[in-house]
Amino acid sequence: METKVPQGSKAVKEAEVPTEAVGSSRREFLGQSGRVAAGVGVAALLGNLGNYALSYAAGGPPIKIGVLHSLSGTMAISEVSLRDVVLMAVEEINKAGGVMGRQIETKVVDPASNWDLFAEKAKQLLLEDKVSVVFGCWTSVSRKSVLPVFEKNNGLLFYPVQYEGEECSRNVFYTGAAVNQQAAPAVEYLMSPEGGAYKKFYLLGTDYVYPRTTNKILRAMLLAKKVPASNIEEEYTPFHHQDYQTICGKIKRFAAGGGAAVISTINGDSNVPFYKEFGNQGLRAEDAPIMAFSVAEDELRGMDTSALVGHLAAWNYYQSVDTPQNKKFVANFKAYCKRNNLPDGENRVTDDPIEAAYFGVYVWKQAVEKAGSTEVDKVRKAVYGQKFLAPGGQIMMDEANQHTHKPVLIGEILKNGQFKVIFRSKGLVKPEPWSEYTNPDKGCDWINHQGTYQKK
Amino acid sequence: MVISLAGIPRNLSVLVLFLLPAIGLGLQSTLAAGEADPAASPVVSSADSIEQALLDVKSEDEAVRSKAVALLIEKGDASLVPKLDAIRAEADRAVRIAIKPVIDLLKNRANLTSGQPDTRRSAAADLVGTGRPEAITWLEEAAAKETVWWVRYTMEEAAQLIQLRSQDPAVRLEAVKKLGDHRSQNSLSLLQEFVEAGTQSGATEEQRTLAVAAETAIEQINSWGWWANAIETLFRGISLSSILLIMSLGLAIVFGLMGVINMAHGELMMIGAYATFITQQAFIGWFSPDLFDWYFPVALPVAFLSAALFGWVLEATVIRFLYGRLLETLLATWGVSLILMQAARVYFGDLTAVIAPQALRGGAQVMVGVYLPYNRIFIIILSIICVLGIYFLLFRSNLGIRVRAVTQNRNMSACLGIPTRKVDSYTFAFASGLAGIAGWALTMVGNVDPGLGQNYIVDAFMVVVTGGVGKLAGTIWASLGIGGLNKLIEPVSGAVYGKVFILVGVILFLQWRPQGLFAAKGRSADA
Repeated sequence: METKVPQGSKAVKEAEVPTEAVGSSRREFLGQSGRVAAGVGVAALLGNLGNYALSYAAGGPPIKIGVLHSLSGTMAISEVSLRDVVLMAVEEINKAGGVMGRQIETKVVDPASNWDLFAEKAKQLLLEDKVSVVFGCWTSVSRKSVLPVFEKNNGLLFYPVQYEGEECSRNVFYTGAAVNQQAAPAVEYLMSPEGGAYKKFYLLGTDYVYPRTTNKILRAMLLAKKVPASNIEEEYTPFHHQDYQTICGKIKRFAAGGGAAVISTINGDSNVPFYKEFGNQGLRAEDAPIMAFSVAEDELRGMDTSALVGHLAAWNYYQSVDTPQNKKFVANFKAYCKRNNLPDGENRVTDDPIEAAYFGVYVWKQAVEKAGSTEVDKVRKAVYGQKFLAPGGQIMMDEANQHTHKPVLIGEILKNGQFKVIFRSKGLVKPEPWSEYTNPDKGCDWINHQGTYQKK
Repeated sequence: MVISLAGIPRNLSVLVLFLLPAIGLGLQSTLAAGEADPAASPVVSSADSIEQALLDVKSEDEAVRSKAVALLIEKGDASLVPKLDAIRAEADRAVRIAIKPVIDLLKNRANLTSGQPDTRRSAAADLVGTGRPEAITWLEEAAAKETVWWVRYTMEEAAQLIQLRSQDPAVRLEAVKKLGDHRSQNSLSLLQEFVEAGTQSGATEEQRTLAVAAETAIEQINSWGWWANAIETLFRGISLSSILLIMSLGLAIVFGLMGVINMAHGELMMIGAYATFITQQAFIGWFSPDLFDWYFPVALPVAFLSAALFGWVLEATVIRFLYGRLLETLLATWGVSLILMQAARVYFGDLTAVIAPQALRGGAQVMVGVYLPYNRIFIIILSIICVLGIYFLLFRSNLGIRVRAVTQNRNMSACLGIPTRKVDSYTFAFASGLAGIAGWALTMVGNVDPGLGQNYIVDAFMVVVTGGVGKLAGTIWASLGIGGLNKLIEPVSGAVYGKVFILVGVILFLQWRPQGLFAAKGRSADA
């Protein structure tokens, strides 16, 4: 896996020379096909470049795209899968003839879970490699760190992970869920009779921007729904927190008498000690279910699921979604990982961010084809309103606010680390980057307004 | 009708059953309840009526549905659950909501007589949520036969919790008193409602007596709850202390006795944890599933030896050249820790989890409100054993005398014929092995991942420095102090500020006493 990156960059370097040479000869292509043939010959002589030569003949030089996911450091565990699925989508597109007849060439960089390095690598992708689009980032802090780079250089970023909202950048397309497409419907579900009519909510998260903002919105929503403030508890733990004894004890007292649910935005490696302690203190999913927003199939495949069975999660996609295109997608991903000798090969699973990263590439492809150009401003306008039959079902890019219309699915964790879908929203949920509960006066619109605007 | 059925509790509950929806649904369903009488009489065979009810449950008409639901609860048993599940899978929302309590009730009723105490207890707790009065008799019957005190307690508590919602004030009053005697935390919110209802201006005489009783009960429950909470907090403090202790013991020897700042100590723990994981995978691959739980004791020597071996190699290749150069040991071992971490990430990825053996899952209900997880009790005992082991090794064995001699005065020991090189290398290997044991034990509370060592290393250093470098007793007292204080502060301040307070406290303490709790005295202190 690690050796793939240098290989890729080597290919890019090799390609640079002929790109210039053949690119200039292409202008005369229509008139003087003989020189093109010579050009192709030169290119072939220069190295292992048959593919590139063919692509010029078809429609022009390859389109460069960037992949900005951590391949080392703490976030590698989650982000490597996104790199894999983006490369898989590119391979599929290239096999099917590329974008507008042009092949896609990927430039993979490793920001190593280091937020400053994210900005640096983004700059490198935009200014040195001159990529048309970047697929990348996972954590909100990494997104915040690259945001100024993309805005200053008018780049284009497809961000595939659910996040806290309150952002409306014209240079980012958010293919993950906004809070009203994941957290808010999940809590509404818990309050409904079918979801168990829960009345008390323990909001528990890791101490950083995503849980804090999400819980701020959830608290406002619960208060608006007439849940008394005494029935809402909010608590944060540091990153990598390991000792959940006190918190589980608090939850136990909070849940005494029933009707309580835990809303968990705990991130990363704190989840295992939390779920373990929760089970070991005698709490069950029936006493107080944990509704999690950061636990998906990819994280579960490494965990001992016995402590998690029966708890809930909210996403917009699960590997278990029963559609023909999803069966194909899951099989393709497993086959891709096996074929390329990626770790765990066939045992790899898909999940929500993986799906969002995958269809992001296709949405971009469709937009480029619609715009007839890879220019950021033209592509951006073409993305609005794009529809795509994603593995989880039809999705639609919003007409103006850079986010994605998606279905909301609540799943119950099963023993095998998969989810059983127990609730599905009717149709697609419209994304609201600014929550109606915390920022009712704000909207996001890049067609009629300049991004974030004040609603009258 | 009432007279004819009086004295037969089973049928009485049928009556209550048919009256309850009637109150909710008004006159229409009172009629329906009246019509239901033939169904309750033995003339119609129960099999037929159940079949009919299974059809009626799908009806559009709410009255028909609730009648069928009531009948199913009364006559049905667990064998109906698959059929109901099938109906539920295809039904629309309203029907699903109507059927769910039936399924829950029937399942839980069957589970009350299960062979597993945990299942029986879960069933009793779940029956409270259904709030159906017919569950009271089931619970009381089950409680009479129950042998495990905690399960019996839950059953009795569940029956009384349901009675709290009874229409009969006398029954409610009785239940309130009993719940007070039971010190039932679960009843607090309902009792609070009674108190509020009774203190309102328009309260009836009955409500007021109930409020008085509820207030006494709440007082009983709360004072008991305070003690239970205190005991649990104490236990949590001891548990955290034992974790701190077990991970800093190895460091106390390496840092305290040998004067090496071993930043790779956390990664040695990681090696112990991965050794446990590998042993587990070997058991999954090669042995029968019945033997699976034995992987854990087998992993103990594996973890100890692999970490010790690695420590021995580390000492022989890196650290032996750096004795006496404190800062250089810091840099070198930090480099080693980075290499180890990324190596684990590349080789193992994220697919690593250690499944706790059956014996270490769950916990023991010691008394009402106090529940102690087995895995934590296990770590407490293990840390005591480790401390005793180290004590005997250092102070009651020949090797220990040599180790202490070398650490106190290397040149003099060498003159007296002690092979100092060998002693160094054994001591370092032993301390690394202790880190391996810590990693082995911590797989029971945390996860196994490449960042594992980083999560603990800061705490481990904090304990050793606070305790006083070079003193094992200091390490023990410091871990008790830090762990206990942390758990005392955390309920008040939250986890984030709890950690901040502890760090600030340690800094202030070291300002006041730079040498730590226990200072090394005498000539060795100057060495």
